[in-house]
Amino acid sequence: MKIYRTHILIAEDSKSILEGASEIKKVLVNEIDKKGLQDEISVIPTGSLGFEDIGIAMAVYPEGIVYAPIKVEDIPEIVEEHLLKGRIVKRLVKRWEKKEVTVGITRPEYIKGSQYRAILRNVGMINPESIEEYIANGGYVAFEKTLSMKPEDVINQIKMSELKGRGGAGFPTGLKWEFTAKAKNPEKYIICNADEGEPGTFKDREIMEGDPHTLLEGMLIAGYAVGSGKAYIYIRGEYMLSIDRLEKAVNDAKNYGLLGKNILGTNFSFDVEIKKGAGAYICGEETALLDSIEGKRGEPRKKPPYPPTSGLWNKPTVINNVETLANIPLIIAKGVEWFKSIGVPGTYGTKLFSLMGDVNWKGVIEVPFGTPLSKIVMDIAGGVARNRKLKAVVLGGVSGSLIVPDEIDTPVDFNSLARIEAGPGSGSIVVLDDTRCIVDIAKNIAYFFKHESCGKCTTCRVGTELMYKIVDKICRGGGTEKDLDILEKLSKDMQLTSFCGLGQAAPNIIVQSIKKFRDEWLTHIREKKCPMNVCKMDWEEEQYEEIG
Amino acid sequence: MKQKSLIDDLHDIQEEEEKNYLPLNKMIKAAKTTGISEAKVYGVSTFYTMFSVYPRGKHIIRVCRNLSCHLSDAEKIVEKLKEILNVDFGETTKDGEFTLEESSCLGMCSVAPAMTIDDEPFGNLVPENISEILRKIKEDSKK
Repeated sequence: MKIYRTHILIAEDSKSILEGASEIKKVLVNEIDKKGLQDEISVIPTGSLGFEDIGIAMAVYPEGIVYAPIKVEDIPEIVEEHLLKGRIVKRLVKRWEKKEVTVGITRPEYIKGSQYRAILRNVGMINPESIEEYIANGGYVAFEKTLSMKPEDVINQIKMSELKGRGGAGFPTGLKWEFTAKAKNPEKYIICNADEGEPGTFKDREIMEGDPHTLLEGMLIAGYAVGSGKAYIYIRGEYMLSIDRLEKAVNDAKNYGLLGKNILGTNFSFDVEIKKGAGAYICGEETALLDSIEGKRGEPRKKPPYPPTSGLWNKPTVINNVETLANIPLIIAKGVEWFKSIGVPGTYGTKLFSLMGDVNWKGVIEVPFGTPLSKIVMDIAGGVARNRKLKAVVLGGVSGSLIVPDEIDTPVDFNSLARIEAGPGSGSIVVLDDTRCIVDIAKNIAYFFKHESCGKCTTCRVGTELMYKIVDKICRGGGTEKDLDILEKLSKDMQLTSFCGLGQAAPNIIVQSIKKFRDEWLTHIREKKCPMNVCKMDWEEEQYEEIG
Repeated sequence: MKQKSLIDDLHDIQEEEEKNYLPLNKMIKAAKTTGISEAKVYGVSTFYTMFSVYPRGKHIIRVCRNLSCHLSDAEKIVEKLKEILNVDFGETTKDGEFTLEESSCLGMCSVAPAMTIDDEPFGNLVPENISEILRKIKEDSKK
């Protein structure tokens, strides 16, 4: 699929054809060729643009400008002025507005064109079930290169690249590897955390379903660098297609001698096993994940010791996110300098985001770190759906942060986001339009955490339950201002004293929503009314005993 | 070398059962073969949402109600499912065909609202299509 910067749609309905639309198209294509723009501009015949009554019309996207009526003699001017120099020919403009492109292929092409697809370079381009296609596209070259390097040099490369973990915490990957490499134990493990469970996140699935070998290659390099011979991919039981594709990839790699004993005639032996989860959000927490692989209830462990020195079966273990590992082959193959040419100081490289909610285009995109959030939401995702106004963005999943329109121009990288007390988190972007009720959103999130708390520590077990009860009460018109205070105090307690990240992060969005949308909460409390008309005010006093 | 964990064993047991659950005698057997105490096996079986210690229907419907699906009117899908099947969450239809469960995010947010039936994903759901989907699943499994 070719990517064009501009698409021109020419109306070729029967009436326009009668008036000479085909001739206009021919001249237009000729002029574009003459200026050497044929690789940048695509001319597509389409149906009626709605102007056939006044003459022939053509629309230029992404600007969304309609020229009508146009004559053959106007064409050179449009090509020269607009298409080459970017100056709109105002004299001929009939309509000027940013509009959704209606031809099926152009919108995805535009979206693809505005990304930087490094990790996803093969996704949608090769057959993910064919190791041959992966190899033909430069696959396993990085691994081969690694084998000629000393393990400590590999780690140094990753350290120099300043690659940060893409799972949410952003810990430097090279440092993690070094801890494990230096650990004395001869038995070490590599684990890929593919337990993508954060609501609103599906970026890792894109890699596993679209390019599973890139993940295996990353794991092989990690294994060689830290001196591990065994790896696990811990994947959600619900991700059936990912499991199938990864299993096929592992088998194919074994048949090609890329996994197993004495790989490519060296002393390096490495095996990858896929472990299926069984439905528990908490298992995305790395120590809970370890217990789950060991066959236990997935409950978090006390830290320290940290997994790099004492992880799976108390052996040194590197745990990396899918996206982190997918970066590794690129850094090795293309070099540290290339990697650091993308992104911004402090956060190099690209980042995958999953876009959804009230936007015109939903899906996974890859952009350099430092891209403003507004560009992602308003441009790549095509803006807020149904021409509504933006209310907020839930960034980084339900344990992430709530971004309001004032903050939308913040670049997405660790340092810039930290300034507004946010982070890229899991890479999920959920857009909320101005018809959404913030209390309803808070209730949905509180319900999720109540459901997913593992129950190990009291603060989280009781806290998430209580948090839901209070939000539910306010949502249904039974809340008092005292409840709001209790909610804020409870959140603080949970953030400070929960055993693991789940309980610490559970109140994030709720607290921020109270801070940033306090009026909306107060309307629910004082007027027993939902300003957005979303919440049902059906609270009856005898429903619960006094909370608090 | 494949190292099977208790969770792998439980997956195997459940997949063999037509009623999609972990029968007590098989859990006890798993405890014996793995050397893990019966209490711990039961603890693991009840910790994970994909396992059930009670008999379920032939097909498990997992419907998502998390943020992205919620924004896309997942509640209407839930209502419709409950209405057609005449069950609440965690219950099985009288004919033993379907068990309705609520699931956490299925990672299908771009096609929300979404659900899975057994291993098959369904996205962009509208209430009007639900009965047709269920009918097809029932029919296909009879073949």
